[in-house]
Amino acid sequence: MSSQNGFQFPETVRTRSRFRNPIGKFRVNRTDDCIACGKCVEICPYGVHVERRGQVFVENNYLCVGTECPEPCYKACPVQALSVRRNPVFDTLGDFRWTNELLASTWYMAEFGESPSAGLEYKVGNSGGGFDKLRLIFNGNRSRLEDIPDDDIDVSLELNRRDDNAYRIRIEVPVYGGGMSYGSVSVTTMVSRARAAAALGTLSCTGEGGYPDELKPYDDHMITQVATGLFGVKEETIQRVKIVEFKYAQGAKPGLGGHLLGDKVTPGVARMREAVVGYPLFSPFPFHSVYSVEDHKKHVDWIKAINPKALVSVKVSTPTDVDMVAVGSYYAGAHIIIHLDGSYGGTGAAPDIAKKNIAMPIEYAVPKVHRFLQEEGVRDKMTVIASGGIRTPHDVAKIIALGADGVCTGTADLVALECVRCQNCESGRGCARGIATTDTELSELMNIEWGAQRIINMYLAWRKELIRILRKLGMKSIKELVGRTECLVHLDYM
Amino acid sequence: MPSKYMIHTKPVPNRFEPVSRSGIIAWEEGCLKCAVCVKKRCIYDVYDKRGIDSRHMIESIDNLCMNCYRCVQNCPKELIHKSLNPEFNAMGDSHWSPPIIVRLWKQSQTGKIPVSGAGYPGPFSGPGFDSMWTDMSEIVRPTRDGIHGREYISTAVDIGKTPEHLMFNHSDTLEGEVPSIIDIPLPILLKMPSFGTISSNTIKGWAMGARRLGTFIALPMEKIDSALEDMGGWLMPLVLPKGTSIGNIPKNAKIIEIPWTEEWQGVVEDIKGCFPNIFVSIRIPMAEGMDEKALSLARGGISIIHLEGSLMSRFMDDNTRNLKDGIRSVHMKLVEENIRDGVTLLASGGLAMAEHVAKAIICGADTVFVDFPILIALECRMCRRCTKGLSCPVEIDTASPNWVASRVVNLIGAWHNQLIEVMGAMGIRDARRLRGEVGRAMFFDDMDRAAFESMGQVEEGCELE
Ligand code: SF4
Ligand code: SF4
Ligand code: SF4
Ligand code: SF4
Repeated sequence: MSSQNGFQFPETVRTRSRFRNPIGKFRVNRTDDCIACGKCVEICPYGVHVERRGQVFVENNYLCVGTECPEPCYKACPVQALSVRRNPVFDTLGDFRWTNELLASTWYMAEFGESPSAGLEYKVGNSGGGFDKLRLIFNGNRSRLEDIPDDDIDVSLELNRRDDNAYRIRIEVPVYGGGMSYGSVSVTTMVSRARAAAALGTLSCTGEGGYPDELKPYDDHMITQVATGLFGVKEETIQRVKIVEFKYAQGAKPGLGGHLLGDKVTPGVARMREAVVGYPLFSPFPFHSVYSVEDHKKHVDWIKAINPKALVSVKVSTPTDVDMVAVGSYYAGAHIIIHLDGSYGGTGAAPDIAKKNIAMPIEYAVPKVHRFLQEEGVRDKMTVIASGGIRTPHDVAKIIALGADGVCTGTADLVALECVRCQNCESGRGCARGIATTDTELSELMNIEWGAQRIINMYLAWRKELIRILRKLGMKSIKELVGRTECLVHLDYM
Repeated sequence: MPSKYMIHTKPVPNRFEPVSRSGIIAWEEGCLKCAVCVKKRCIYDVYDKRGIDSRHMIESIDNLCMNCYRCVQNCPKELIHKSLNPEFNAMGDSHWSPPIIVRLWKQSQTGKIPVSGAGYPGPFSGPGFDSMWTDMSEIVRPTRDGIHGREYISTAVDIGKTPEHLMFNHSDTLEGEVPSIIDIPLPILLKMPSFGTISSNTIKGWAMGARRLGTFIALPMEKIDSALEDMGGWLMPLVLPKGTSIGNIPKNAKIIEIPWTEEWQGVVEDIKGCFPNIFVSIRIPMAEGMDEKALSLARGGISIIHLEGSLMSRFMDDNTRNLKDGIRSVHMKLVEENIRDGVTLLASGGLAMAEHVAKAIICGADTVFVDFPILIALECRMCRRCTKGLSCPVEIDTASPNWVASRVVNLIGAWHNQLIEVMGAMGIRDARRLRGEVGRAMFFDDMDRAAFESMGQVEEGCELE
């Protein structure tokens, strides 16, 4: 598999769950009546049953597609030894945004590198608005580019839109990894994301907790963040990368700065952030040195002095005047990427009241900014990146059709690593599943090879899905989709 | 600058086991008796804390499990499951939903702001206050330090008529009489809920809570008994023109309420005759005709108007209209008539979460009442058994006044901090400046239409995905 530009994509390698019992939607039960005829093993297209030493077992419960099965084993079994029912555990998982079906389908993509073929809703969640009420619309008459090979449909994205001497950076998928700091997630998680980004020809971001040496091999694929706490920001870290991101605000806690609870400030984290072990760390809000566009420009100049060819990205949240903020950062000059982080985005820890109520969802912010930048005549000089609740390839396609050029992800990567959205990342030793933690014992629940491959698989599945969508839309490049709102319908306005 | 207002909270244990969303079921049949059972490896020690031999079968719904699913996913015989707790979803109703009830319990227990990891898990928007978002400022605003201590964000508000201007004489002293106002340190008043297994101790506890917070509790006159003798200064009795005698109003009461009546002028005169300095608030039901009623009161010199919505945060006479719209309507009416600053607008009716306080104020209220949350703080499950004369599952009437007061202080302490978070993000340092700031809020109806209204065209033969 290679892109139009000759980039060689990695192969999918099937990567199973780290846990003995992956959770699926259905459960298959076999009674003692089973005569081990092997009929089920033979007919199940999903490999749920296996035969070993003359006995037949249910080995992959989680792959069963239940009621959507075209030729179910429980009907074919000659002695009626099989039954299939919904797994009650499945119904305890998930929430409105990340439904149990979206979790399970993301796990499927991370294992197989493809979308689940049946049994799971992998396109939308259940939040009742925004992405979950938008649908892509395909015109029956449009030519569908059926016979064009995947690799000839271009989903890459050029990040530098200005003719200056800064780095030219193309990402091979219109997605890169959003900032997750060392401290909020483990080094294993960070390196897994970075390695996956490098393999996929895209980028990953350090977040605001410093730049661990383990990321050295991936420097060309890293963005480093300069946030209000300036944790771990050094000349050397700015010089290591091609893109520097100013984080003004984060969607999940807009206007509130960052907060790392004392428990998570382990000796490693403290060293990296030049702080004291066990004491909570606050990133103030806002930048105490930035109260105007001019002040911001001064910051950009400072980065340019240290690393003249760097691209500069500005990560902002979504206030009522997000359009003005975007255009203001354009006029501060020099930088190219405006990164909008919507209010329903992820976080390691934030007050619930902020996550739910403050600032606007990304689905509103993107069209507003896109239109305004167009009116100002500067849209094609900037790259607009959207984040904050992008869960699926369909969300990617929708937000691009609303006016973004590409997206940043965070939670989706963690779900690929088997996050269950339990929301306990912030408490005590951190994530019990070893993803968002700095606890050494818990971090060992995962290794980098496994983590990187899971993320690679998920994005390969996303890429396939995006290509399939573009093909159906009759588009040869994802650039054609930007701002094409006529490719969307909203169920409430139909 | 006034000295900084702080609400001192400390953990106050529950009296009953809280109801949780799901529980763990572990079967014993088929158990391999592994050397290190997955139950031993729970990082939250859920099984050990239960104090039972972890190898035994248990079927228990409890709230210790933190939902990491590790035991479920690692037991070699798949003997451990999680399942939903039917009792959880049976609690409350569409407005007082189970997650809201559980959150109120938690805040009353800990006194802390709910903080969690991962992004917002809830619906995109919802009815009433859930259909609006508050603003943030990207750069110019008080700093994060303001929330954590150094800079001051004031939540104090005035009740009564604030003077339009002050006059000074030649020697720079104030000329004329300045109307007095009541200053409360946060824009929250308590209000006795309309049902509940409420005893004299419960009421005493609420009054003690109001005192510790520096606010008032509104309650019917007939609920005031001898136990409340020295609490008069923190009560806001509702005086029914017929039925209660004005003489029974506690001597030290600063503020009372009367229900709306066409003859309000006479009633107010009678009261002022006995208590010349008392503040009088008039309750208007949030219903048809409220704008005109509010306007006539404001024009008639009434300085405090209490707009009373339903327990479900809706209009009293129309379940489809929300408190948020009622407040906006009355506020705008008073603004249009150029009389808004002459009155304090109080609003009540089913405010259930801290953000509702901020949002009600943004919609135009000066101060809000909190009603059922002060009952839920006492572990109420909103089962409404008490309304049918049945026993209360959490025996609220038996709780001591001290426990009641501390639980309420914890809850309001957590809400106060959340109000400051919202104000901090908006860059507003004074709660009085939050009032009516609809320009600093985003409303679902406007936003959704602006973004998506044009996306409704579906031609014949199109496929949706
Ligand atoms: S119902 Fe279908 S998918 Fe499920 S185990 Fe049987 S044959 Fe396989
Ligand atoms: S603690 Fe829970 S929500 Fe957070 S990363 Fe881990 S599994 Fe996901
Ligand atoms: S699911 Fe996790 S928190 Fe709950 S009992 Fe099992 S191991 Fe403990
Ligand atoms: S728990 Fe039930 S019975 Fe007790 S006060 Fe609340 S609604 Fe009434």
